[in-house]
Amino acid sequence: MQVPAPFEYERATSVEHAIALRERLGEEARFVAGGHSLLPMMKLRLANPEYLIDINDLSELFYISEDANEVRIGAMTRHRDLLDSELLAQHFPIFRDAEKVIADPVVRNRGTLGGSLCQADPSEDLSAVCAALDAACVIKSTSGERVVSMADFHVGPYETAVGDAEMLTEIRIPLRPNSGSAYEKVERRAGDWAIVSSGAAVWMDGDVIANGRVGLAAVGPNTTSIETVSAALSGAAPSEELYQTVGDIAAANCSPQTDQRGTAAYKRHLAMELTRRSLRRAVARATGQEA
Amino acid sequence: MTTTEPAPNPAEEAAEEERPIGFGRLLRKEDPRLIRGMGNFVDDIQLKGMLHLAILRSPMAHARIVSIDVSAAQAHPKVVAVITGADLAEQGLAWMPTLSNDTQAVLATDKVRFQHQEVAFVVAEDRYSARDALELIDVEYELLSPVINVRKALDPDAPIIRDDLEGKTDNHIFDWETGDEAATEAVFLNAEVVVSEEIIYPRVHPAPMETCGCVADVERVSGQLTLWCTSQAPHAHRTVYALVAGLPEHKIRVIAPDIGGGFGNKVPIYPGYVCAIVASLVIGKPVKWMEDRTENLVSTGFARDYVMKAQIAATKEGKILAVRSEVLADHGAFNGVAAPVKYPAGFFGVFTGSYDLQAAHAKMTAVYTNKAPGGVAYACSFRITEAVYMVERIVDCLAHELKMDPAELRLKNLIKPEQFPYTTKTGWVYDSGNYEPAMRMAMDMAGYEELRREQAEKRERGELMGIGVSFFTEAVGAGPRKDMDILGLGMADGCELRIHPTGKAVVRLSVKTQGQGHETTFAQIVAEEIGIPPEDIEVVQGDTDNTPFGLGTYGSRSTPVSGAAAALVTRKVRDKAQIIASGMLEVSVADLEWTKGSFAVKGDPSKSVTIQDIAMRAHGAGDLPEGLEGGLEAQICYNPENLTYPFGAYICVVDIDPGTAVVTVRRFIAVDDCGTQINPMIIEGQVHGGLADGIGMAMMQMIAFDEDGNCLAGSLMDYLIPTALETPDWETGHTVTPSPHHPFGAKGIGESATVGSPPAVVNAIVDALKPYGIRHADMPLTPSRVWETMQGNHTPPI
Ligand SMILES: Cc1cc2nc3c(=O)[nH]c(=O)nc-3n(C[C@H](O)[C@H](O)[C@H](O)COP(=O)(O)OP(=O)(O)OC[C@H]3O[C@@H](n4cnc5c(N)ncnc54)[C@H](O)[C@@H]3O)c2cc1C
Repeated sequence: MQVPAPFEYERATSVEHAIALRERLGEEARFVAGGHSLLPMMKLRLANPEYLIDINDLSELFYISEDANEVRIGAMTRHRDLLDSELLAQHFPIFRDAEKVIADPVVRNRGTLGGSLCQADPSEDLSAVCAALDAACVIKSTSGERVVSMADFHVGPYETAVGDAEMLTEIRIPLRPNSGSAYEKVERRAGDWAIVSSGAAVWMDGDVIANGRVGLAAVGPNTTSIETVSAALSGAAPSEELYQTVGDIAAANCSPQTDQRGTAAYKRHLAMELTRRSLRRAVARATGQEA
Repeated sequence: MTTTEPAPNPAEEAAEEERPIGFGRLLRKEDPRLIRGMGNFVDDIQLKGMLHLAILRSPMAHARIVSIDVSAAQAHPKVVAVITGADLAEQGLAWMPTLSNDTQAVLATDKVRFQHQEVAFVVAEDRYSARDALELIDVEYELLSPVINVRKALDPDAPIIRDDLEGKTDNHIFDWETGDEAATEAVFLNAEVVVSEEIIYPRVHPAPMETCGCVADVERVSGQLTLWCTSQAPHAHRTVYALVAGLPEHKIRVIAPDIGGGFGNKVPIYPGYVCAIVASLVIGKPVKWMEDRTENLVSTGFARDYVMKAQIAATKEGKILAVRSEVLADHGAFNGVAAPVKYPAGFFGVFTGSYDLQAAHAKMTAVYTNKAPGGVAYACSFRITEAVYMVERIVDCLAHELKMDPAELRLKNLIKPEQFPYTTKTGWVYDSGNYEPAMRMAMDMAGYEELRREQAEKRERGELMGIGVSFFTEAVGAGPRKDMDILGLGMADGCELRIHPTGKAVVRLSVKTQGQGHETTFAQIVAEEIGIPPEDIEVVQGDTDNTPFGLGTYGSRSTPVSGAAAALVTRKVRDKAQIIASGMLEVSVADLEWTKGSFAVKGDPSKSVTIQDIAMRAHGAGDLPEGLEGGLEAQICYNPENLTYPFGAYICVVDIDPGTAVVTVRRFIAVDDCGTQINPMIIEGQVHGGLADGIGMAMMQMIAFDEDGNCLAGSLMDYLIPTALETPDWETGHTVTPSPHHPFGAKGIGESATVGSPPAVVNAIVDALKPYGIRHADMPLTPSRVWETMQGNHTPPI
């Protein structure tokens, strides 16, 4: 049995309470959401926080809702609920694609959207999903709240814009017409982290792509969307050549490392191949050719 | 005699409610306890005043220990003791023998020789505090350059790992050779076709679900040691403790309670066990040590790690003439291989496979490296995994060169039924076999011709599909005492059977189940011989005070050795029962006829007595035949005359996504022959598990190291175990070719599938890559390695 170092523990009763605790306890304190990244690190003693602030009682952070302009997801929404949500499946099928291949049911029953983004693991899938969907993150502190884009949210591997006395509370995804999205992941085994994955989202204007975004996971320190991809997609008519071009751009704009999951060359190849595939499916969905 | 039977159909199985008194499908007696969470594993054991032990391990692969400061750890309020190698050395306990007669450090005294080697231990009131206190121990190391690349271990300038051994000036452990070098060379010189390939079986780990551990309890007054331990071989362990620690053997009781998987990982004696015994001895309280997942993966018995240069010689028509090989074996920092003394390379000598050859030769060099010790584990049947993988891979390479169908090539060369018993060119006597029907059955079940047609069509369209074939012969049931022993202990097994007055029985075994189903199988063996229902037979195992001596469960030896012992001891009891029956029925012994469960007078079946009647009479007040003692029990020790040689034909079908190089195992057909079947359901379970392991080894598993000797496989996120999603619905079938020398014709089955499946999977993947001109690729065939192979960039994994 792997056992963590000693720590103190408190259950927060509200978002305000949680933030106040965090502010008081400082950098030695951590929120625990689903615990499926934090607890394994504590058991391996790679993380040794002195205090854990449990935010699992904060029912105000469990929701998926929509209005005319956007879909809002509470930070404590679990993988399982993202997978099951018909609302997300209807607007952003990329979520269900991704959730089907994130970890395993046991992890999905506990792990959360907020925890996934805040963990900022370079191989983490939901950051790629959110980057492709042009999501924004709501960060709260005692002095109020701010909204940052995914590009600004990710500061580096395992590093985000969320400060020591702040909390991620919500993810907002803009609703735009004629959209389609899809996620492709290659893993060594079910439940493993991605060797590479690629999420794509497109918004059509008639026969052409008005706007498109691609987010890659596990091919570099940061999971953000690729600007040059968006430039190549905007105003272009969908075609196999376009997917190839964009796939090539994706491959050229990442910085994979050779490790136990694969060689850098293979990962770069996957960035291309999976981007082609995710784009193809995103367009098919946007144009009603595939659910 | 061979009988063939397709796999049972599940509907039929469900209808089958009759419980066999003897052999047949029967739900496992142990399962109600295990599936309700009511098992009793080592970590479930709680004793009054029990303390907890944690081990400090080396962060480096090779370093001199300059100093160790334990004062801060000792000051921890819940710490009871902190012990270093120097402390053990004072008691003469810093080193212990390995199962290969090498020595291994219990705690490092001079230097550390692999990353995660044991350096010190802490005993504390709870396991959290024990673990916390490890961080308070301050060790100063002086870094030495490590030997990680096995190919460089014998370089003249390689650092010397085992400078603890008198006069050691290199990292060489042993050279070994088998077969006839000159005769083989002659065949190769004249052969029309010779194919060579370097074939690697990387280092893997059995990763049992339950990690290793123990509770040691030394009673102060009597000096009695009771050790609850994750041991596959409790009797052998007891004797080794007696020899190492100088404890009198009658004062040692080793109990192996429920064990959550072993696969050879629980054969060795680990430093942790010795530490716990020492701690209990010194402190006078029970001490528990339970390693965590990382410790299990990085420090305990690994498997394989062979670099095999293989060569095969054949005629242009595909008649295989000879096989030879040169092997470089990485044994890690201490030679901890668990194998019979005369077999330092295990049973690698069966690398001639299932083929009728003119000559064969192998030589091997084993070396030390700065890695964890081990080598024989993961259901390998003493290195037959490596041998079979090599021959089945090189045969496929030959098929590739000859442009012959690999199944056809095998059929052409399989040993013929009339050649059994067959003596191989390396001196192994295969007891019985009828190979072709097994091969044909697998091909029929697969629809082999149709699969090849489908493959041809797919290739036209640029799709990648592969069909892999393997045919293996296993050698299990070690072993005849004339040439097999471990540390001088013969590999014969005792067995004791006692029938109670009411006709219920208890059978005591030296072997120990780790999930294989002994409680059921052995009850069925006794039931088959004496006609008492299996549910009325208690199987006692895993407690040295309550079972006869024997060498334990590994190398698929339980059924071939202890299974034979169980049958023979039952026959002995039955012979006595017959004498008692003759008295009861007032006829001579020769006039009695046995039908399962009762003796009847020949020609008058109405005059009979059941075994239960006889049991009561044996213990009852009435007269017994002249000169007969009361009671109905017996004990024997069975010395096998030979190993048993199970075999099988496996076919694997894979599809590869050409864009991502992701391999999907679509089908797997396994036809096994383990001789007489005791419980076909348990056999299928053993096969299913082994096939899943084979997919793991072939496609995802490797204990890898970086160049500094850091182990890169320290968690199950890094060292992958296949799930139900990577494994297809297994299609199993069997033929039955009994062993001629085993009392009821059984052979082992525990490791057949781990031996036979990796080559089938790899052969299938390589076959799928044929359009790329690929002839060989090394495990683990992860998507990345498959893709690199497709690009012409295949690199060996070590
Ligand atoms: C076996 C296994 C396999 C996995 N496979 C995958 C996979 O394939 N793909 C994938 O994407 N992920 C995978 N994961 C990770 C899983 O999705 C985690 O649940 C997720 O990364 C973290 O979410 P959590 O809710 O568990 O966060 P926690 O572990 O509770 O927290 C993670 C970090 O985020 C901080 N945090 C959490 N919530 C907030 C908040 N609201 N505001 C500020 N900080 C916060 C915590 O303090 C902590 O530092 C896997 C995990 C496991 C154990």
